[in-house]
Amino acid sequence: MPEPDAAHAHQFESFEQQRDADTTGMWTFLATEVLFFGGLIVCYTFGRFSFPAAFEAASHHLYVGYGGPNTAILLCSSFTMALAVRSAQLGRRKALVGFLIATVLFGIGFLVVKGFEYHTDYVERLVPKWHFHWDGPDAGHAELFFWLYFVLTGLHAVHVTIGVVLLSVVACLGWKGKITAENHMTAEISGLYWHFVDIVWVFLFPLLYLIGHR
Amino acid sequence: MSHEPENYLTEHSVRSWLLTTDHKRIGILYLLSIVVYFAIAAAAAAMMRLQLLQPNNDLVLPETYNKLFTLHGVLMVWFFLIPSIPAVLGNFVIPMMIGARDVAFPKLNLLSWYLFNIGGSCALYAVICGGVDTGWTFYTPYSTTYANGHVVTMIMGVFIAGFASILTGLNFIITIHKMRAPGMTWFRLPLFIWSLYSTSIILVLATPVLAITLLAIAVERLWGVGIFDPNLGGDPVLFQHMFWFYSHPAVYIMILPGMGVVSELITCFSRKRIFGYHFVAFSSLAIAIVGFLVWGHHMFVSSQSVYAGMVFSILSFIVAVPSAIKVFNWTATLYKGSISYDTPMLYAFGFIGLFTIGGLTGLFLAAIAVDVHLHDTYFVVAHFHYIMVGGMVLSFMGGLHYWWPKISGRLYPEMMGRVAAAVTFIGFNLTFFPQFLLGYLGQPRRYHAYPPEFQVFHVLSTAGASILGVGYLMPLIYFLWSLKWGKRASDNPWQATGLEWQTTSPPLRENFEEIPIVTKEPYDYRPEDDPEHEPQAQPQHA
Repeated sequence: MPEPDAAHAHQFESFEQQRDADTTGMWTFLATEVLFFGGLIVCYTFGRFSFPAAFEAASHHLYVGYGGPNTAILLCSSFTMALAVRSAQLGRRKALVGFLIATVLFGIGFLVVKGFEYHTDYVERLVPKWHFHWDGPDAGHAELFFWLYFVLTGLHAVHVTIGVVLLSVVACLGWKGKITAENHMTAEISGLYWHFVDIVWVFLFPLLYLIGHR
Repeated sequence: MSHEPENYLTEHSVRSWLLTTDHKRIGILYLLSIVVYFAIAAAAAAMMRLQLLQPNNDLVLPETYNKLFTLHGVLMVWFFLIPSIPAVLGNFVIPMMIGARDVAFPKLNLLSWYLFNIGGSCALYAVICGGVDTGWTFYTPYSTTYANGHVVTMIMGVFIAGFASILTGLNFIITIHKMRAPGMTWFRLPLFIWSLYSTSIILVLATPVLAITLLAIAVERLWGVGIFDPNLGGDPVLFQHMFWFYSHPAVYIMILPGMGVVSELITCFSRKRIFGYHFVAFSSLAIAIVGFLVWGHHMFVSSQSVYAGMVFSILSFIVAVPSAIKVFNWTATLYKGSISYDTPMLYAFGFIGLFTIGGLTGLFLAAIAVDVHLHDTYFVVAHFHYIMVGGMVLSFMGGLHYWWPKISGRLYPEMMGRVAAAVTFIGFNLTFFPQFLLGYLGQPRRYHAYPPEFQVFHVLSTAGASILGVGYLMPLIYFLWSLKWGKRASDNPWQATGLEWQTTSPPLRENFEEIPIVTKEPYDYRPEDDPEHEPQAQPQHA
């Protein structure tokens, strides 16, 4: 039977039911997100198979020096996120808020590095259509590569930004003591979202930067 | 009015409607919205039918004609058919059918309705600004490069409405998984729930692909770079693959809910338990899953490889099997039933006949050699209208009549209902059957003019469309009439077994005084000599 002190929304019969519904809801949403990115990755695969030379040449213009550290940053952020969820489960308020802030800072760090990288791309005239310039053969297909690169990483950056805002809100809630050992679902489902954003990058990084890299 | 007991309609303020999180009120908000979109899209169809009365009519310009069929397609598909049964009837009855107080995420539910209407407003804004002439399919490179008009605005409308679809699907999946009343096991769920569960899977998994595809078109159109542009080495056929990866499953979004409604109607009005419950339930899931694997049958003549075509053809034949299972099971349910011919049942009968014709002509089109002849002709138009209108619209009307006493607390005039159902059926067939013949004789779709020898079919079709229009207007009028003058409905006017009939009409704000305990299978109807039915649940403290 539900504990009398665990508050649940009116449509639910018990707190457990609400917790189950919230978690399953987030997983279902992530399934949607997989298909969302999946469509673009299909486009990318099509390009990679149809124009392997141009795509490989274009991918050499991306800097692992940006992408690599960014991968590390996001993996670290997932680690602090996992610790934050664990702290929430144990009801350690300060640890929760601390780890959430760390995660948010990692997220912002990722966006800053990404910003510098976009700037470099701009300086090197790799932004499609704006003032794209390509010396090698097959400029059109190279431009296609950068179109996919900007759409994919841009959409990912939008997701990171949403995650940063979301986790900041969760940190505030945690600070106010709204997240307790019994009622930690907000932290847990935000964590699911954050890990998803991380995993998308784990796929994007090798696809865009590493394939064919020497 | 004075001593009417408190129910979900009691509060009257506009604010209480616009900020409601009650699934029943959100269902009604959806109903009002889709009636508006339907009326606009139907008016576009009426203009097209008038234009086609004569071989070289000059009622509208050719460009206007293109905009009319685009408007008709976009609004009917995304702003009427897809939300029709799920967002209106599904929202209204799912929580009651499974014995819940609301959907799992009521605020998300309201957000869906707002997103849906923001999307709809974008689409209408595109129309007011001058329209779009790409057809509802937005084929590249026409849509990305050559089309004039407000393609991006229209696409944004569909994109935004797509998120409403996703959120509705997500809400239903979680509601059905997590909100069932005690004793409501998976195999005690009414078949309407199974069909909407399958529909929701498609909504959640297919719609994001459409979203990303439309986004790619918008980017390509705005910046002139993109993966679909053949000038850059992109591939327009890639667009067709991605579009139909969504849009073929979307066809099942537009029929599965109708099948669910018909399963409810057939059992209730023949006073029999459904024949082969498990088969009907799993055939919904089978349609949802196999439906994801047949998209290539739209592209038999689009340079798809012959072998891919053969595989898609075979899979398209296979997806017909679960649909056929349903039709056979409904028919077997009728056998030795105690059938009554109330309005909802007339619509259900119409559904079975028309859906069968629509489905079988789909098999013609799934055969590669036949499709080469019939591709992009009126045969295709007639085929999918038999499914979309003959199937989905008829079952939507059937469901609306069936649940109207629950929704409004009033009875609609039964005789008028039967006449309207008959008029709709006759008008529909007169409109679309000639189009099969037209298509077989070679008339392509989407043309504003045609050779004179086709005129007789077009005149028949236009005549049918006007009868069909009467069939739609009649329910609109008597439903509104019944709100004030209709007889008060009892809690269970059809003597049905489902949980939604065991609460008051109209239902309480949180559906039930207390959550019922389910003790029985869904369709425990008794034969005619024993008019007492066994409800699916009993009160908690019986």
